[in-house]
Amino acid sequence: MSATTASTTLWVRRPAGLPAAGWLRTVDHKEIGVLYMGMGLFFLVFGSVEAAIIRLQLAVPENRLVDPQLYDQLFTIHGVTMIFLVAIPILVGFMNYLIPLMIGARDVAFPRLNALSFWLSLLGGLLVYFSFVAGGGPDAGWFAYPPLSDRTYSTGTGLDYYVLGLAVNGAGTIVGAINIAVTVLLLRCPGLSISRLPLFVWMSLVTSLLILVAYPALSAALVMLFADRRLGAHFFDATAGGDPIIWQHVFWFFGHPEVYIVILPAFGMVSEVIPVFSRKPIFGYRFIAGSSVAIGFLSVSVWAHHMFAVGLPDAENLFFSAASMLIAVPTGIKVLAWTATMVGGRLRFTTAMLFAVGFIATFVMGGLTGVSLAIVPIDWYVTDSYYVVAHMHYVLFGGVVFGIFAGLYYWFPKMTGRLLSERLGKWHFWLVFVGFHLTFLPQHWLGIAGMPRRVFTYAADTGWGPLNLLSTLGAVVMGAGILAFVCNLVVSLRAGELAGDDPWDAWTLEWSTSSPPIPENFLQVPVATSKRPLWDRKHPDRAHEA
Amino acid sequence: MTSYVAPRPGAPTPGAAPLEDPPVAPALSRPPLLGMALFIASESIFFLAIVVAFIALRPAGLAVAKVELDLPRTLIFSLCLFASSGTMTIAERRRRRDGWIWLLVTAGLGAVFLIGQGLEYARLLGTGISPRAGMFGTTFFTLTGLHGLHVLVGLTAISGLVLAARARPGGVRATAWESVAWYWHFVDGVWVVVFSVVYLGTVLG
Repeated sequence: MSATTASTTLWVRRPAGLPAAGWLRTVDHKEIGVLYMGMGLFFLVFGSVEAAIIRLQLAVPENRLVDPQLYDQLFTIHGVTMIFLVAIPILVGFMNYLIPLMIGARDVAFPRLNALSFWLSLLGGLLVYFSFVAGGGPDAGWFAYPPLSDRTYSTGTGLDYYVLGLAVNGAGTIVGAINIAVTVLLLRCPGLSISRLPLFVWMSLVTSLLILVAYPALSAALVMLFADRRLGAHFFDATAGGDPIIWQHVFWFFGHPEVYIVILPAFGMVSEVIPVFSRKPIFGYRFIAGSSVAIGFLSVSVWAHHMFAVGLPDAENLFFSAASMLIAVPTGIKVLAWTATMVGGRLRFTTAMLFAVGFIATFVMGGLTGVSLAIVPIDWYVTDSYYVVAHMHYVLFGGVVFGIFAGLYYWFPKMTGRLLSERLGKWHFWLVFVGFHLTFLPQHWLGIAGMPRRVFTYAADTGWGPLNLLSTLGAVVMGAGILAFVCNLVVSLRAGELAGDDPWDAWTLEWSTSSPPIPENFLQVPVATSKRPLWDRKHPDRAHEA
Repeated sequence: MTSYVAPRPGAPTPGAAPLEDPPVAPALSRPPLLGMALFIASESIFFLAIVVAFIALRPAGLAVAKVELDLPRTLIFSLCLFASSGTMTIAERRRRRDGWIWLLVTAGLGAVFLIGQGLEYARLLGTGISPRAGMFGTTFFTLTGLHGLHVLVGLTAISGLVLAARARPGGVRATAWESVAWYWHFVDGVWVVVFSVVYLGTVLG
């Protein structure tokens, strides 16, 4: 081992002056991680308010709380916000903060590019939202199908800001992914071979590579849409020989991997939380890592399952149907591995663990409806209905958000030095968990009963009123849970119980440094002796058990 | 900038002789080059998507393309771009001597290519072919225009490299040269595809 004390380098020295200036100029991976998470929480407020208005509007039939034009903008910006401006920034924030700590590095590979990624992402988000100031938001749904998104039907500038904002935001995400991938591949501390990487790092690596495959397709689609809208081009204009289906192919070539881009880091977080609170090494480490790679490959060959209703040739439908069902296999392997980790363990049901278990339960339900949607005839029946809305929220909220909450309760003490309150945490979990299922479970039946997504209201004689009201009540419960979470954040940041370096008796490298970590993370370059380096250090007699 | 990684046994001491190349680290184990490789990979997907859209929409614009595109003339300008990959390789080899002159030659060839593209655009726009004037204009200007923008970015990078190489007595690290060179070869390679699909495609029918 070649131990060296951390030297001061140019990029971590904070400039004197206003504290805000430090945040503007920082290139430290932990501070940029916090900035990313702050951006995610900032836009989460907007995304949640939009969701709340949508649910209030749908609570009773023939409601006139918002007009159809505004409603279109609301569901569009809600989707765009939650995916590009909440889920991705929060997950990238976690990656930024944790990966150098977990692999025993001082920082990411390119600290200044890292700052560029963040500011591009934020600028993109602000551009999208600027559309509302400029005369009206985008209103063609988050996947902006032409011809609806063409200038003929979306006459305002909302879609143009959508294109510009997402292009800039996507550029930031691509640069960030390059940074993360290079960091993981080249900056690991001595002894930390790729087969010893913490699973969160593994999943982040796969996610980063997936971003590099998927996001350029989004950029390409956006360029073509922008050419159509602003240069008068005809890519998606069927009357001039163009083809709107091209947009769907290129967009979903990005859009479906995007689902895995946001869920894989959440898988990674759960894979860190469950073993620590089960007091057992993760079951099937190689299978979890390997199945992520399988998911990565499969996820770029399933995009057309979003297009079964288009009328593709039968052979294409069959291929994409089979490939989509195949993805259930590596995902199922993960669920089995998490469950097997818990079996026979000494379980500690902290809030982090509750969210991890809630994640598994909810994600399995969302996964099952996902398999049903991969069956072409079922998809034909329920496509563009509330069944799809329910499925999507089960995997994106029940999966990604629950995973993020598990990770947040687990790593918050490392980031701040203080524990989140377990009492408020329990309120947070149970209100959100119960509220979530109350909101989205009824939507499965609404979809099967024929309620289309994206309608701003419905007639009373459809009979969809009671389930919609139940769904809205669930959203209120969930809102109360989110409120408990915000209280918890505020209270614990100021007066939470001091955490110490390693409050959970964990075993990955981030817990071997101080909380919050010192600049440049470690006093000495750590050495990984196994998958659980900190366990080895704490229990030399039982080292290499993992 | 000191070392990128925690020093390993046998690694050079950080801070010493910053402009010396590290012994013989394989290209992809150097962070900037791995980063550039990943960037090029993602750019390839970007162009792939646009090229696929071009091919899908090609039949609608083929008749116009056959009449309007000047294959021999564009071939000459393309040869300038292809040759610039060669001069870039020479520049890399002569990095410690007069490599910067070869960088200027490379940039000059790239600029000639761009001028050729500009003249072609002017001619086409003069005859009423534009992005809004039909499928050929839509796909042609988007694909070749995006490539042209990448050439412009490459020219900027080469100019930056020349300035840096001239400004510092010890020259610039090999990694910086290689990063720019990789990007330039990529831009060149994209044109091989674009030229084949857009121009040679008109001959094939």
